[in-house]
Amino acid sequence: MTRYVRRRYVAVKIEGNQTLSERDVYDAVWTSLARLFGEYGASQAELSLIEYNPEKKLAVFRCSHKALEIVKASIAAMTEVTGEKMAFHVIRVSGTLKSLRTKIDNK
Amino acid sequence: MKFYVDLHLCPQPYDYAHVRGLVEKAAELGYKAAGITFSSKTTQEETKELKETFNSLGVDFVSRIDLAPKSPGDLLRNLRAVRRKAEVIAVECISKQVARQAAKDRRVDLLSFPLASPKKRFFDVAEAELASGATASLEINMAPLLKLQGFRRSILLSSLRREVQTAKRAHVPIVLSSGADEPILLRSAEDYCSLAYLFGLDHYDARKAFSENPKAIVEKNRRKLSPNFVAPGVYVVRRGKG
Repeated sequence: MTRYVRRRYVAVKIEGNQTLSERDVYDAVWTSLARLFGEYGASQAELSLIEYNPEKKLAVFRCSHKALEIVKASIAAMTEVTGEKMAFHVIRVSGTLKSLRTKIDNK
Repeated sequence: MKFYVDLHLCPQPYDYAHVRGLVEKAAELGYKAAGITFSSKTTQEETKELKETFNSLGVDFVSRIDLAPKSPGDLLRNLRAVRRKAEVIAVECISKQVARQAAKDRRVDLLSFPLASPKKRFFDVAEAELASGATASLEINMAPLLKLQGFRRSILLSSLRREVQTAKRAHVPIVLSSGADEPILLRSAEDYCSLAYLFGLDHYDARKAFSENPKAIVEKNRRKLSPNFVAPGVYVVRRGKG
């Protein structure tokens, strides 16, 4: 029997002049995670990009709840993506996608 | 929402558009007060203009002077000249003698250390005990953590981890500041708290280092700089007529 895995959903606001593709956003966070915590640390985060809206510049990532702190630190530590200066700001964290969307809409 | 304070914005001097850009970003990220570095030669008109810019954006203006003295004598001379001109005095300790003098002087609010080399970061147990007695705080600028990469960042993180542990043991308050010189380097206080996790500051202490600790310094110095202050614990409550 598999055990229930606790996850966290992280909403991220992207700031910068360049419009990024979904792949760029995911790669940027993954690279930052691997640079700060190494491949072993990054593998424990179980990071995935759930959705990305290039118009609103809003992305939602999912990670393991145990790795939330390292994921947040990696997101905050990013200063450039594909050679352009960018900033990623964590705006909300939630345990379910539904409540995350509600929180973002209410903001 | 917590009262977050960023005591160290570093805009280009006399570039008001740049200052405005930084303060706008700070307001957007939820900071209620921000400190800006200016020289002792800044005129009252320039200070007033800065204050108006801050107030128009809903951010409390905190005046700050950074000193980088070469010797303890130099530090004492500078402190005599500028203490009553700014709400926050920060000293960059470039030598051990300066660090020791700054840590024991009650007029110094913040102690900061150069990034150049871990050997030039003099915040050890003796320094922490002196700072603890004189109520100086350890300032950690977050911008270098964003700018540096690879080996240099890991060296900086290692130094910061050691300093944070020493400060905690000696009950020296820690103040986290952005040290940002451009808006893209500014992060929200919550994001900085996540970054503080990298050098061993837990979320509670990190939030305190961005809210209560800097706020306490500003409030203490505002009381001291007010015309009603006589001596520690003695204030003018009411003035007589004539």
